[in-house]
Amino acid sequence: MTTAPASTGARRRRRDDTRLALLFIAPATIGLLVFYFWPLLRGVWLSFTSWDVLTPATFIGVDNYTAMVADPVFWNAVRVTALYVVINIGVQTVVALLIAVLMQRLSQSILLRSLVLTPYLVSNVVAALVFLWILDFQLGIGNNILEGLGLDRVGFFTSEEWVIPTIALVNVWRHMGYTALLIFAGLLTIPPTMYEAARVDGASEVRSFFSITLPLLRPILGLVLIVSVIGSFQVFDTVAVTTSGGPVDASRVLQLYIYEKAFAQFDFGYASALSVALLLLLMIVTFLQYRVTRAGQSDLS
Amino acid sequence: MTNRTLSTQRTPRRRRLAAAAVAAGAAAVTVACGAGNAAGGAETALDYWLWDANQLPAYQACVEAFEEENPDIDVRVSQYGWDDYWQKLTAGFVAGAGPDVFTDHLTRYPEYAGRDLLLDLNTLDATADVDPDTFQPGLAELWVTPDGGRYGLPKDFDTIALFYDVNALTEAGMSPEDLQGLTWNPDDGGTFEDVIAHLSVDANGVRGDEEGFDPDNVETYGMASNGSGGAEGQTQWSWLAASTGWTFTDQPVWGTEYHFDDPRLHETLAWYFGLVEKGFMPPYEEVGTSPNPTQALGSGRAVLSSNGSWMIRSYTALEGVELGVAPLPAGPVGHPMSMYNGLADSISAQTENPEEAARLVAFLGSEACQVIVGEAGVVFPAIPAGTEAAVEAFADQGVDVQPFTDLVDNGYTFFFPVTDGYGSISALMTPIMDEIYIGSRDPETLTQLNDQVNDLIG
Repeated sequence: MTTAPASTGARRRRRDDTRLALLFIAPATIGLLVFYFWPLLRGVWLSFTSWDVLTPATFIGVDNYTAMVADPVFWNAVRVTALYVVINIGVQTVVALLIAVLMQRLSQSILLRSLVLTPYLVSNVVAALVFLWILDFQLGIGNNILEGLGLDRVGFFTSEEWVIPTIALVNVWRHMGYTALLIFAGLLTIPPTMYEAARVDGASEVRSFFSITLPLLRPILGLVLIVSVIGSFQVFDTVAVTTSGGPVDASRVLQLYIYEKAFAQFDFGYASALSVALLLLLMIVTFLQYRVTRAGQSDLS
Repeated sequence: MTNRTLSTQRTPRRRRLAAAAVAAGAAAVTVACGAGNAAGGAETALDYWLWDANQLPAYQACVEAFEEENPDIDVRVSQYGWDDYWQKLTAGFVAGAGPDVFTDHLTRYPEYAGRDLLLDLNTLDATADVDPDTFQPGLAELWVTPDGGRYGLPKDFDTIALFYDVNALTEAGMSPEDLQGLTWNPDDGGTFEDVIAHLSVDANGVRGDEEGFDPDNVETYGMASNGSGGAEGQTQWSWLAASTGWTFTDQPVWGTEYHFDDPRLHETLAWYFGLVEKGFMPPYEEVGTSPNPTQALGSGRAVLSSNGSWMIRSYTALEGVELGVAPLPAGPVGHPMSMYNGLADSISAQTENPEEAARLVAFLGSEACQVIVGEAGVVFPAIPAGTEAAVEAFADQGVDVQPFTDLVDNGYTFFFPVTDGYGSISALMTPIMDEIYIGSRDPETLTQLNDQVNDLIG
């Protein structure tokens, strides 16, 4: 009988802690629910409807998805986006890695590091517009230089073969400094003693790059890849500014197609289904990347 | 500057125009007016939207005249660039916060009317009595749906003609008279093609109608490119195709069937885009998704440019160009044909003051307002007196715009294809027309697409 009040008091104190804890995480939780889960759920719901914004959405089951599977423009968009990601990420990662290693092994100058980052400070739209002028078929300085060198003019943004490589490289230009800096930060986690030991053993720069830098950089590189691949799949602004998806469908990437379906044709249901497809695609790609690069573990310890 | 050309998402002109609009006035210029005469306190406030910055001053003047006659109404005029305009309008409808009265486009209104977002002007006092015959012939009927509702009162119209630089013509040993009375047919291009060929010059100075012309190394093109034209080719090929007797749809407006399967259209497209191979028109590679025929004419890259009357101001603004306007060539039907399109003012079904809004629309469609707009010399107002005022204003700017107005006076016009499902049809057709322009698709393949297009009419 005498212990009862004491235990109640203890229980009450514990309950109070829970409340306080809930209070503390409430802002973040509400934010997450309101700005992430609710739009996600609503987006998924809309993908099962026909909705033009102006009249109420009507449930149509999986019609959007069956239409999507049979939609050649969608599959073309998947192909175009994949090609873009491969060129963009492939070139960007190699170049960024090279810059980062050079920064680490040759010069630690802050000025140099800042310079490498400058393209990233330019907005995507501005960068795209400037390249649109530089590479203009008729008036662009790029094509005038090509002609001056005795080469043929190239329709960088206006020919079906060149448009995706061009856009991918414009975005490499903009993002490589930033990626290089991320990788550089990873390089700093590698103890300098490793390189000293390698040098003592008589290893060349190339050998120590492949035997020390790459293996120890793998987790960082894995994360950088995951983040940049997701960003790369979402390419939109550069395309919207330079080609609007043309010539024909050669640069109609997924995000642009989604945007057009929703905001030009007011087919928000179908656009939602396309978005869900992109989400699934990104989840699969990210999962595979995570597994392949083993980004969760480090070989350093 | 108006983008009346019905561009789709990817038609670039719109982007350029939007950029220009941004440059012109930081995206949105909202002018609250009537502050001066609202001394007695205006009871009703109306929002009026338009997209053409060039027309803003004229409509501002109109609105002031309206407020003077209707001291109980206060009108706020807002102008947004073409791109922003339709998104803001749609968002406005969703949120119930759109304008009371707005400038409407033929490609957009069927979808709004179909969703009961517009008021039928026949049901409102001020607009029910407006006689459709006060406008240029046919314009008012474009805004009547098959069920008889009238969803817009015409404010202006546009047609197509050929712009050129007189100096370039003189250089080629020709005079403006040589551009009168040209003929065209899809087989050999008629005298029209002869002129285009003669005006084209390759890098060695050889003209297109001379021996040894190199179509792969052209310095000056006879014909400027305005892109593939998408589903309607308003300034590109629609006038050529129509001059063979071809029509877009089975009825002048609200057709239920498109005629993309007609061989006359295929022949026309084959001739028109065939100019590229002959070296008479720039290839797709050069103009991309942002063709700029005005600039091509200004820089001497091309000599003739078929374009709409809403572009007159852009061409007159070119430096070092002595601008001339020539009529379109006569086709197999024996005379030229031009697309005839017009804007109108519509009333949102969400307005709280439908009768006041109708008074504003009636005034904007009245001679009083349209003469003001005409005197500004930017577009051709829909009322004949306004059109005359515009013709005079353009003459003061040094342009004889008769080739545009003759088409209407002679009835050599066809309407913009007003049907449901414009957005989807345009999205389907634009890449395909690009393919035809690039040369990777045969125009005859449009036959197979026609059913798909007809399905989209819904």
